[in-house]
Amino acid sequence: MKTITRESRRDFLKIASTTAGGLFIGFNWFSCDSPKMEVLSTEEVLSQAKPFNAYLSISPSGDVVIYSPNPELGQNIKTSFPMVVAEELDADWGKVRVLQANLDTEKYDRQLTGGSGAMPHSWERLRKAGATAKYLLVAAAAKMWNVPAEEITVENGIISHSGSKKSGHFGEFVAEAAQMQAPEDVQLKDKKDFKIIGTPIKNVDADEIYTGKPLFGLDFYREGMMHAMVQRPPFGMKIKSIDDAAARAVTGVSDVVQFENSVAVVGNSTWPLLKAKKLLKIEYEAESTVESTADHDRIFKELMANGKSEVKRQDGDIKSAFQKASKIVTAEYQCPFLAHSPMEPENFFAHVKGDRCELIGPTQTPDRARQTAASILGIPAENVTVEITRLGGGFGRRLRADYVEEAVHISKAINAPVKVTWSREDELTGGAYRPAVRYRFEAALDENGSMIGYKLRGVGMNAGNTTREHNFPSGAVDNLLIETVNYGSSITTNAWRAPITNFLAYAEQSFLDEVALEVGKDPVAFRLELLDRAKNNPVGQLGYDVDRMIGVVKTAAEKANWGKNPDVKQGFSVYFSHRSYVAQVADIEMQGGTPALKKITAVTDCGMVVNPTGANHQVRGGIVDGMGHAMYTNLTFENGLPKQRNYDSYRLIRLKEVPEIETHFIDSGYDPTGLGEPALPPTGGAIANAIFAATGRRLRSQPFIEQKEFSDIKLEIRRS
Amino acid sequence: MASFNLKVNGKSFQVEVDDDTPLLWVLRDHLGLVGTKFSCGIAQCGACTVHINGNPTFSCVTPVSSVGNSEVTTIEGLSENGDHPVQEAWKEVDVAQCGYCQGGQIMQAAAFLKQNPNPSMEEIDNAMNRNICRCGTYHKIREAVALAAKNM
Repeated sequence: MKTITRESRRDFLKIASTTAGGLFIGFNWFSCDSPKMEVLSTEEVLSQAKPFNAYLSISPSGDVVIYSPNPELGQNIKTSFPMVVAEELDADWGKVRVLQANLDTEKYDRQLTGGSGAMPHSWERLRKAGATAKYLLVAAAAKMWNVPAEEITVENGIISHSGSKKSGHFGEFVAEAAQMQAPEDVQLKDKKDFKIIGTPIKNVDADEIYTGKPLFGLDFYREGMMHAMVQRPPFGMKIKSIDDAAARAVTGVSDVVQFENSVAVVGNSTWPLLKAKKLLKIEYEAESTVESTADHDRIFKELMANGKSEVKRQDGDIKSAFQKASKIVTAEYQCPFLAHSPMEPENFFAHVKGDRCELIGPTQTPDRARQTAASILGIPAENVTVEITRLGGGFGRRLRADYVEEAVHISKAINAPVKVTWSREDELTGGAYRPAVRYRFEAALDENGSMIGYKLRGVGMNAGNTTREHNFPSGAVDNLLIETVNYGSSITTNAWRAPITNFLAYAEQSFLDEVALEVGKDPVAFRLELLDRAKNNPVGQLGYDVDRMIGVVKTAAEKANWGKNPDVKQGFSVYFSHRSYVAQVADIEMQGGTPALKKITAVTDCGMVVNPTGANHQVRGGIVDGMGHAMYTNLTFENGLPKQRNYDSYRLIRLKEVPEIETHFIDSGYDPTGLGEPALPPTGGAIANAIFAATGRRLRSQPFIEQKEFSDIKLEIRRS
Repeated sequence: MASFNLKVNGKSFQVEVDDDTPLLWVLRDHLGLVGTKFSCGIAQCGACTVHINGNPTFSCVTPVSSVGNSEVTTIEGLSENGDHPVQEAWKEVDVAQCGYCQGGQIMQAAAFLKQNPNPSMEEIDNAMNRNICRCGTYHKIREAVALAAKNM
């Protein structure tokens, strides 16, 4: 028992007993490398005199409460995080309750949703928290029963000692456990002994979701709260004059407020505001460039030809490779701006009270919301609280705090609590889009059809780096040049599910298909040839694990019967993003002269799968998302405003448009890596390559249905 | 402003609103029944689906003045204990990702299955094609409707 009382160096985990006699275990996210446990007094916990993180608590009745710090937007983190804790604890999942934690930067160091990073970041910490709690409960039982701890077993929330035939549930030992000092380090379970991880645990919010309980930000209501809607200017414009007489005359409108470049209508319910907003007469004038899609076309052409680029990577001698090439393949690919379009429109509640501010709503970045409010109000960040509601989708849109800013401005102006609600039109015209991007690829091939030179030049509208320069095929080609050009557009952009790769992957994987077919090679064999080169004799830095990539390529080819059935026209695509590897094969069958997209087979290596249901959801959802936007969705501009302003013209994929999706996961023995995004990037390429295989038409622009190459193709979607 | 008497989930309510106010906003802002969701406001996505006399209806484009004595049912009133066969099927199949559209999906499915208790997959597809799910849970929606049909 010595390890329990041993002094430790730093502060990782803390235990406290409370008046209720429960066991509370928390850990400090800032110092998890070198754990230390400490028993806090009840007073210290209640007064919060020391930073205490109630991550996990066990009540005397044996109920386990686990706090989930990260915002839940459908990625299932609120279910999968607690699964990891409960696994190491050997808890009875039926007695586990999960609560959403509010923003607390003292306790959590990565309380955000983005980059598919939550599970890789927290995996080890969650396991340690659960294992430490179990260790203490076992130590308490050993002491109470006077038996050796090593002879005690734990299963399903029950602690047993077979020799003395004693057993009891967790709750019976929490009072004693809370008096103990924690071990400096704990033994984690062998993965083969996992009982909860790897099983299809159901969504912890299911009952509330399916009975319509108020869970989402838009559902939030407080007595005395006002409602507001905001009119924002077209991109590149500012307000010249406002005539709000007609808006103010609408029954139910109590105020019209101007702040910065926006006008808010305020009232006691939503419908009068939807009407009043349309009655605002606002004259705008140009502030910077007022752009249309025709301008973007021109700018793209100019910058692709002559724009000053930033070289992201250069290997070998690109010039001589192209001089000595026996064949050169060149193609350009383009994609439009896209809105994120979560089903729950943007909204947020703010209550500014003097030098304090209360915020409640859906955000992927609660700390950014807090900092933004503090900065607007000129108050310390600690005077701002943020309560995180469930998010009705995010896709990157709620990484921004623009709608939080609006709520803060309005609450301050009207000196009352207020909830800002965006309409769908606001959401589609309100900015922060997936940037429009174009790529030019050039491949130099020798007489054996080997790629000896590769050039990629990306041009983006506020896209930052449009390339992923250390990603495949970098490392597999001797001579390589990757460069990017940025245009500073007045149209705002933001991360959109699988930023950049959501389009780059389609363009690159389509282009590699073009190159392979141009030199008469099978597209899968051509990729494997490149990967073999990267494995055996890599050129420069590799940002990906070649073996894992080869693994998904080979498995996808096998699972999809690649090239085995001449009646099935197939398209292949593979991509590495957010630490995970996904290969996809799209199957098209010709039925009476009409191509029918029947199936997409996806093989994913995301390390260990925590929750198969959640993993399937993310892979299928990513594919449906990638397919829908590649096929159908466009956002074009005229004088600084999108032309598509609601779902009647901004077309999202529907149920009848999805083919069968077959998912496979490779257990490569790695800890879990990201899964919210990686399945999306390969999809456009797999479908485009299958369409080429079936029809001979190469689709180099999205959305496919608007391209002239697609105009006489009637692609049916079939499910079995 | 006018006064309207509504029958929602078996109870009577009186509201004072403009007669063009969509039922959606009466439910959400005046009756506190926020399970019926706002998303597009133009009858495109189905997040606001309720039953009016059993028929699936987009409440975002249904003026309160047109409701009259009809029986309105929302997701909160679909079953007393959240155990309507469609809700049970949704739980069993574990349909939701973000969950925002699922109340509308369930209401669409429940009305459809009442009218067509033994649907083909194609009929399920046609009925459920009216509702958008941005997370892409369509495969699970089909599966859950088929399961609910089997269990009803």
